[in-house]
Amino acid sequence: MEFFRNTNIDFLGKKWYFLAFSLVFSVAGIFSMLFWHGIPYGVDFRGGTLVYVKFSHTPNDNALRAAMDRAGLHNAKIQRYDQPSNNEVLIDLDVQETSEQALDRGKTQIINTLETNAPAGKADLNNASSLAIQNYLMDKDPMHLGSDADQKYTQQAQAIVNARDKGQGGVLSSLDQLKGPVDPAVVASLPDGFFLSDFSVRNVEIVGPQVGAQLRRQALLATAYSLAGMLIYLGFRFEWIYGVAAVVTVFHDTLITVGAFSLLNKDISLTVIAAILTLIGYSNNDTIVVFDRIRENIKLMRREKLSEVVNRSINQTLSRTILTAGLTFLTVLALYLFGGEVLRGFSLALVIGILIGTYSSIAIAAPILVAYQDWRINKGKRPMATPVRTK
Amino acid sequence: MNKNLLWQLVLIVGVLLVFLFGIFGIPQSFSGQGLLASMTNRIHLGLDLRGGTHLILQVQVNDAINVDSDNAVEILKEELNKRKIAFADITKPDPQNNPDRIVLKGVPADSRKDLLDIANDRLPEYNLTSGAENTWALAMKPQILSDLKNKAVTQAIETIRNRIDSLGVSEPTIQEHGLGQYQILVQLPGVDDPARVKDIMQSTAMLEIKQVLGGPYPSEQAAMQDKGGVLPPDAILLPGHGAPGTPSGDQSWYLVSRVSAVRGKDLRDAQPSTDQNGQPNVRFQLTGEGGQRFYNFTSAHVGDSLAVVLDNKVQEVANIKEAIRDTGEISGGSMNQQQAKDLSMILRSGALPAGIKYLEERTVGPSLGTDSIRAGVRAAVVGMLAVLIFMLIYYRAAGINADVALLLNLVILLGFMGYFEAVLTLPGIAGVILTVGMGVDSNVLIFERIREELRNGKTPPSAVDQGFSHAWVTIVDTHVTTIVSAAILFLFGTGPVKGFAVTLTFGLLANLFTAVFVSRVIFDWILSRKQRGEALSI
Repeated sequence: MEFFRNTNIDFLGKKWYFLAFSLVFSVAGIFSMLFWHGIPYGVDFRGGTLVYVKFSHTPNDNALRAAMDRAGLHNAKIQRYDQPSNNEVLIDLDVQETSEQALDRGKTQIINTLETNAPAGKADLNNASSLAIQNYLMDKDPMHLGSDADQKYTQQAQAIVNARDKGQGGVLSSLDQLKGPVDPAVVASLPDGFFLSDFSVRNVEIVGPQVGAQLRRQALLATAYSLAGMLIYLGFRFEWIYGVAAVVTVFHDTLITVGAFSLLNKDISLTVIAAILTLIGYSNNDTIVVFDRIRENIKLMRREKLSEVVNRSINQTLSRTILTAGLTFLTVLALYLFGGEVLRGFSLALVIGILIGTYSSIAIAAPILVAYQDWRINKGKRPMATPVRTK
Repeated sequence: MNKNLLWQLVLIVGVLLVFLFGIFGIPQSFSGQGLLASMTNRIHLGLDLRGGTHLILQVQVNDAINVDSDNAVEILKEELNKRKIAFADITKPDPQNNPDRIVLKGVPADSRKDLLDIANDRLPEYNLTSGAENTWALAMKPQILSDLKNKAVTQAIETIRNRIDSLGVSEPTIQEHGLGQYQILVQLPGVDDPARVKDIMQSTAMLEIKQVLGGPYPSEQAAMQDKGGVLPPDAILLPGHGAPGTPSGDQSWYLVSRVSAVRGKDLRDAQPSTDQNGQPNVRFQLTGEGGQRFYNFTSAHVGDSLAVVLDNKVQEVANIKEAIRDTGEISGGSMNQQQAKDLSMILRSGALPAGIKYLEERTVGPSLGTDSIRAGVRAAVVGMLAVLIFMLIYYRAAGINADVALLLNLVILLGFMGYFEAVLTLPGIAGVILTVGMGVDSNVLIFERIREELRNGKTPPSAVDQGFSHAWVTIVDTHVTTIVSAAILFLFGTGPVKGFAVTLTFGLLANLFTAVFVSRVIFDWILSRKQRGEALSI
């Protein structure tokens, strides 16, 4: 089976279309970053408090919002998270509510607000750690064990937590759901010390302002170092203009990916930055494959114009470029569709980036080489030297 | 099969076995359950998959410097008084930001030599410089200052580790974090309710016994009034629990001596106990040296009161009836049993050299971790199958070659992680998936090149040879650039992101071996069985 055989597409002839396409997307992204959504920093970079809560029933957003308001959390943003059938809500507090003096105050306030039906002196079984349950059972000794209680109750507490977290996805709506894996005497003793709320906290992220600023600087530095690393390596392996062309291309990819996040108003988290750094490497792969072929062909086709050589090289590697991009895209798409909500931002960045990265190695990197060559000739200098093949 | 090929095959099988051992060790049983158990034994799951708490805290190193410079101020006063040198004032102008700066004002000009002597003999850690109008400034030598700060961080890590170990958290991570920000990273797997652990870690546990000079007063103002508006220079005002009879929650204030008779480091042991009324408390014992000092202090102050001060809060006030040598107790208001147990543990673990502040807190509940594993594995399986099937259809027999290389790549990657005790995080699983996608790139590059050479009329053996040698240069370049990205990611990232960088790097390194060497051996083997001129299925 073969998709592309002896293609002969004049890619360089379409460079103005490519340029227009890239400009439209870059400029749209830049506009969105400047005037519309801004750069939608995730909690890692802006600081703040995120509390992911799962309910046992369909949550009422307006009631939640009103409850948060009553608790004094006026700036709390409440949004549904993941598929609606999961009954999950994300409560988002500003960095102003996240002081480093009492980092978890916002979280405590949220939990207290949600625990409206709490009877005095009882703990919430849906948010109790296995350690707390174990301590309670050891105190209470519902199985009248005496000596080897320690180990037995550790197991029972673990069984309760497992039944809750793995069996019921985190929220118990009735103690009957524990029957089976947990000893009946233990289940019967639970109402003395615990009650069941209608929610459980799945995930908490609290980032103080200091860490937020630090991570922002680090992310920027990491991206810059990454680009500089590429420039140096390619400058050393090829000729400096190849390095410049590759870095400009990768910068273009980064810009469009970040711009897309701004346009879609999706949070840029630490893992999104990780995805972008990976893309810098990936997009470079594509560019290098084309450059390698150009370098090889320049030696074989000394008489031809550079634009001819470049066109030929792109066509020769086209099959590989499309295949690899397609296969990587397949895996990334699997990640986006099946990898769960936690990885959604990460896989989105990869989905966008792989499309853009593949396009740009053909549409941006190669034309830069030719444009530089033309510029040199126009200035009356001799054409670009043949790069030395290092093997 | 020729000899050379045989050796290569032996090498590949050897590598396969070595890395399979890396993944599973020697499994207890070969059932699915048994294999899974031995695998999770060697490849550890990150916090985001198993649930737990991730904290970043910062040591307030200036606290530690302040302790040292307070001490220096006392020494300076003592020496000046001893040598009968007059001075107007000794202050620390900026204890918040420059805790090591001490300013000495109004020293007569002719005392210059004495002052230099004092600085040389008693305060060698400080630089003494003279300023205008008989003003002198002391600042800690930069090297000593930074040593002291770093020591505070190391000590804090040590202390926190002691405390967490005695709480029984399994496999905690406690290490310095970032560069030069005095931050500590603490990861507590399985702890999904961090409040208590955080309190225990944050408690400075600075225990002191001081002489009571006045009080209790109902408020700070009352204390000031009692002393005529100015506190004696060697005394400080500290808050305490409500006086007996007042409702709890009310604060009282005590005037106590600035100097402590006994400090935390004089402590030998602390244990939870109960007082005569059955109320939980903590009993502590002092070391030989500390006990001697305590004995000297109490015998000199029979009839006076002493205060047990914990973290600058008066916990206990008692009348000294006779000289005491080495025991004492803290009941501090109304403690319950758990609190008594925690406090004695904290005291045993030693004091933190400086306060700590929490900068970041992340908690992943176990139910989310379980969901994440499920989603990650599902995505990995779907992604892999898609690639494997595509390669089979597109390259036919050569597709099998690529698929074998890909599976071996996966085995080596996981084996690496087993050997290096790397941590598998959710982005790490994504890294595995991405390795599959990017790893197959090497095969595609080689196969496309071989097809091209075949089209140009080369014989299969020569096409394979050319294909590999041309593609090799490109593969090295592409791998180096991606690994550079991953290395930067590793340096810059924490936790989950680091896990991603690790799997990506290991995966690409393994790929060099599988896609280039293993694929080549398989091709050679196929070619060795073919007749001359027979076509290659690719």
